[in-house]
Amino acid sequence: MESVARSQPTAGADTAAPKDETLIYRQSRWTRLTHWIWAISLFFMLLSGLQIFNARPQLYIGKQSGFDYNNTVFAIGAENTDAGARGYTEIFGHRFDTTGVLGWSGPAGQETARGFPSWATIPSYYDLGTARVIHFFFAWILTTTLIVWLVASAVNGHLRRDLAPRLDDLKRLPQDIIDHAKLKFHHTREYNTLQKMAYGGVLFVLLPLMIITGLAMSPSMNSVLPFLNDLLGGRQTARTIHFTVMVLLVAFFVVHILMILAAGPINELRSIITGWYRTDPPAQDDNSTERSE
Amino acid sequence: MAKLEISRRKFLTGASLGASGIMLSGCDAFDSQLSIGSGLRSFLENANGLTYRAQRLLAGRDALAPEFTEADIRQPQRPNGVTAPDDDVYKGLLANNFADWRLEVSGLVEKPLSLSREQLMNMPSRTQITRHDCVEGWSCIAKWTGTPLSLVLDQAVVKPQARYVMFHCLDTIDRSLSGDIKYYGTIDLIDARHPQTILAYGVNGKPLPVENGAPLRVRVERQLGYKMPKYLYKIELVDGFANVGGGRGGYWEDNGYDWYGGI
Repeated sequence: MESVARSQPTAGADTAAPKDETLIYRQSRWTRLTHWIWAISLFFMLLSGLQIFNARPQLYIGKQSGFDYNNTVFAIGAENTDAGARGYTEIFGHRFDTTGVLGWSGPAGQETARGFPSWATIPSYYDLGTARVIHFFFAWILTTTLIVWLVASAVNGHLRRDLAPRLDDLKRLPQDIIDHAKLKFHHTREYNTLQKMAYGGVLFVLLPLMIITGLAMSPSMNSVLPFLNDLLGGRQTARTIHFTVMVLLVAFFVVHILMILAAGPINELRSIITGWYRTDPPAQDDNSTERSE
Repeated sequence: MAKLEISRRKFLTGASLGASGIMLSGCDAFDSQLSIGSGLRSFLENANGLTYRAQRLLAGRDALAPEFTEADIRQPQRPNGVTAPDDDVYKGLLANNFADWRLEVSGLVEKPLSLSREQLMNMPSRTQITRHDCVEGWSCIAKWTGTPLSLVLDQAVVKPQARYVMFHCLDTIDRSLSGDIKYYGTIDLIDARHPQTILAYGVNGKPLPVENGAPLRVRVERQLGYKMPKYLYKIELVDGFANVGGGRGGYWEDNGYDWYGGI
């Protein structure tokens, strides 16, 4: 019933033609506002975070960094070879030549040894202090917005209506995977199963894990929550998880953008800017009509 | 309605072109607004004040940093920053095994002090196995032995108007047109009186070596490494630090690090 009421067009009675019944109000202002604040925050947190990582482009497992023993699982570096300086990336001891991007990069003739390249960091030059200022500013924004979104979504029904997993989601999963593989998209009021998993995964797993591992790296927070690093496997493991979650969030972003482009970027962008979303006409998709009633 | 659609489409196209323009021009787009003293930078730095207040609220005065076991000491304490001061005064003191070295306690105190290493070592000591977290991202666990700073402050009797403890160091970390810059730093009185804040003269059961800050360094266990000066010779109680160095409370702070290093 709720979705029927919501599918009335906003414009005045003069435009309330039957064809507009496919235009529904899908995203509340809370969802739209927080979405864009996250987009901006994550952009700055990623680029300042890569700058912070460049100060120590190694990741370790455990309580501390091994200098007299080896607990390094990931490293970016530069080395001199017969063919000149080369950049490398080492994952679990496997070394890859990443010259030009990771380890050794810059304009031709002016390459320098640096973890992530200049175009991927803020500031573009090496400046750990400034990157930390930016990173922690947006950490506050991101965390605050996540809490605001959680409260608003609990109150306005977004969590229960759109994100809560249902038995039906599990049944639809195989068909959903096939549809996505064929780039066949259904434009309905509801999120499909893969969407629920992706959004739920980011909002309830990745972002909270990012905040928790970030706090676990703070020596002052360690005195408040001493068990946190024990749970995570030590401060350096927390740092490694923090980095891994970053990689997963970037992967989510890439897929998110590809899905929007494939599903119809104008319609998808309109729904996250204005809230209004064009659904498939009922005749073409009986299933979706059934679900939205 | 159709007209609205088009203008919306144009807006979205324009917006995405604008966004990709920022991406393509590289991330030097923000560089000019981020130098110390710029309005945007100062605004963003407010977050550090918020972090400071929030962490003080949560941790209070005495919440302890985690302590570890002997089994966690797996390597020597990794030195960083200056590891062999080139200053003549320091080299002279080192040649004499710091027999002529004194720790001066001055500023806003009732009884200024001048303590020898022996006097400090005869005071009650505290030994703690803690994790040193560098701002760069690495960590190293070591056993530190030293005199609680609170005992030294009690002996000097801090005046009520004092708000910070300023550490003056013997090592030249940088050179500028106006002369050599010695390392210095400040902490608030809450961290100064924290039970784990010690003036360390020993590490891993041995006298503090030169690379780790001999004869004396500070341990402030709830903050990052740059807040724990090495090669100490003077502790000054102050009510502010605006007139010292770059006015931001420490050598690294003057170069852009946040004053509060608890995160």
